[in-house]
Amino acid sequence: MRENLHRFFRAARGAGVHVSPAESIDAMRAVAQVGIDDRAILRDALLLTLAKSQDEKLALGDCFDLFFSQPEPRQDQPDADSDDEASQDTDQSPSPASEGEAGGGQPRQELGPLAQMLLSQDRNAIQAAMANAAGAASLSDIRYSTQRGIFSSRILDAMGLQRLRDDLDGLTATNPALAERLRAALDALREAVRDTVSQGLALYAREEAENLRNEILRNAPLARIERRQVAEMRALIRQIARRLRERYSKPRKRQRRGHLDVRRTLRRNAAWGGVPFLTAWKRKHRDRPKIVALCDVSGSVAQVSDFFLLLIHSLHEVVDDVRSFAFSSHLIEVSETLEKKSPEEAMAEIMSKVGFGSSDYGSSLVDFEKDFMSTLTPQTTVIVLGDARSNNLDPRADILRRISERSKRLVWLNPEGRLAWGFGDSEMPRYATFCSVVRPCATAQQLERAVSDIVATYQ
Amino acid sequence: MAEQKASTSIEAVESGLAAQGYIASRQIATAVYLSQQIEKPILVEGPAGVGKTELAKAIAAWSGKKMIRLQCYEGLDEAKALYEWKYAKQLLYTQILKDKLGEVLGGAQTLHAALAQLHDFGDVFFSKEFVEPRPLLQALEHPGGCVLLIDEIDKSDAEFESLLLEILSDFQVTIPELGTVSAITPPTVILTSNSERDLGDALKRRCLHLHIGFPEQRLEERIVESRVPNISQTLRRQMVGFIHEIRSLDLKKLPSVSETIDWARVLVLLQASELDTEIVKDTLNVLLKYEADIEAAHPQITTFIAKATRSNVFG
Repeated sequence: MRENLHRFFRAARGAGVHVSPAESIDAMRAVAQVGIDDRAILRDALLLTLAKSQDEKLALGDCFDLFFSQPEPRQDQPDADSDDEASQDTDQSPSPASEGEAGGGQPRQELGPLAQMLLSQDRNAIQAAMANAAGAASLSDIRYSTQRGIFSSRILDAMGLQRLRDDLDGLTATNPALAERLRAALDALREAVRDTVSQGLALYAREEAENLRNEILRNAPLARIERRQVAEMRALIRQIARRLRERYSKPRKRQRRGHLDVRRTLRRNAAWGGVPFLTAWKRKHRDRPKIVALCDVSGSVAQVSDFFLLLIHSLHEVVDDVRSFAFSSHLIEVSETLEKKSPEEAMAEIMSKVGFGSSDYGSSLVDFEKDFMSTLTPQTTVIVLGDARSNNLDPRADILRRISERSKRLVWLNPEGRLAWGFGDSEMPRYATFCSVVRPCATAQQLERAVSDIVATYQ
Repeated sequence: MAEQKASTSIEAVESGLAAQGYIASRQIATAVYLSQQIEKPILVEGPAGVGKTELAKAIAAWSGKKMIRLQCYEGLDEAKALYEWKYAKQLLYTQILKDKLGEVLGGAQTLHAALAQLHDFGDVFFSKEFVEPRPLLQALEHPGGCVLLIDEIDKSDAEFESLLLEILSDFQVTIPELGTVSAITPPTVILTSNSERDLGDALKRRCLHLHIGFPEQRLEERIVESRVPNISQTLRRQMVGFIHEIRSLDLKKLPSVSETIDWARVLVLLQASELDTEIVKDTLNVLLKYEADIEAAHPQITTFIAKATRSNVFG
């Protein structure tokens, strides 16, 4: 049973439930207490000890049902079995008759264990043999659907397929009827093994496949992401947003402690004649995060801006004061659109208003200075997201200087790699002089790091 | 064999809690049984008013132990939760003992010798007598064990959570001046949370995680039966059915078990024999706590009553 539980823990990890060694020990202890005979109680006990949230409980419950339904895959076979059963009865009589009374049991003895098992229709023994073989073939290591074939054949080999084939060859010559039956039983066995492997795949491979996909997605360039991956990417961005929220929404108190507040300390300790038993501390002033984001939505940068805006606007708990502006040839404010509509609708609307033009950083900056310069305060972080390719128009770096002077920090995120900066019509080096930080931001991972750093400066 | 024992013990827990007026589902009973067997705290999560705090009270009443409650709030720190030094007493004693100081230091000629003599007396002012135990320490020191309820842990700060870790895993606390205080009898610890914020993994790992949601219709009927015994069976079924219909709406705050019980009491008080549109309209404010929710539920009342009555007939 312990072996089975360990396999279940692996399956649980596959289902996305975090099972640490300590938790598995607890689960073992719990199972030792409640026993394993009552499945409903076992399920409750495992859910109580392993799952740590409602989502995990659901996932683990499904996983439990799948895992412990394992003995069932042969359920779809009773038809075949009962046919066999029937044929067995009819077969039974002619075969001894043809070979004589004494030789009746003889061919059976010569057969390998697997053949005997299949012929005697000992379902439990077959089940046990299959489970053992699955263990021997380390089915729990299965990771990809392409491995199904190799695992099936490994399990069959471990069960003694080779011997069975020899038996089959021998029988075809001596006893065709029996051989026919054995062949049918073998087909049924193959099917059962295939089911077992598929189930193993469903149980154990989920985590790995998901991790791999996420890992690839995190490092894929946002600008060249395929259409079908956009939804997955949005989910990933939401995940990132959740992580950042958890990290930054509860600022640590200790960090805020400043100098000793002498006046309050004296007042508080008046009862003890001013001997400072209780100390009072001043709090360091911390700015509330204020972010102004200027996003280029032209051409190839659009997709990155989309994800960036989604991320910034999902951080409500951490940064409640965000104003976003989108531009390509001219600049508009888009905060409200993003707040009120779903990400897809909002992006479509923004695109229809300003998107797909050729970018003109100079005139966009002029627009910003004219209408929105007053939004900048010394607490504001200004983030500009764009490739700084201004189609050889006047970059108006002087406006960027004034923006930089008015704000706390000016961060430039560039979806292009560092190598490309300054080549062709890229104005990056000219803008970079006025920025506090310039960093490349082509993948979800870089995006996360960039936003995380920005928020961290307010902690 | 083990199964026989376990399932009967779980049933015993269930009936024991029922005797205290707490109708537990099998999951809850299993959690209580397991927490006693493997000595782990239970972390209870779920919406407000499904009986998380009641569970702790029922366990205390059932096992005949004292319940010590620690209500969490933002800014709760160890001085209020764990222990505090009695500063005033310490100060008073130093004043009183000032005269004794001369005697103690009588023979010492040099400052160094006096200091050495003082050291021999040890930390008299940081001994057990000057510790003011707060709920957590009380729970550990309580002879014969007790039920410790740490209520609404999600309201406290993250630091406080870390403070709890030592208590939850080893049932001990370390006071720097005194050393480690271990529990004589490990208390039964229940933590409740409204999921206002996500708790740390370290805390969750140390607990059995129990989620109490809204109960099934049958179970809720039994709860109402045990809490409001003088309500008629038809009305009980009808009102529980009605509440289940209400919960299917998209509301700000869904009515939970405590609201069901309140409503049952109100209906008994108004001597209603069965639900009708008038009485529901008049008493809807017992169930729903937001004006917007009441407005959303208003047009549905008649259909819901009809549905509840119909299911009553067939169920």
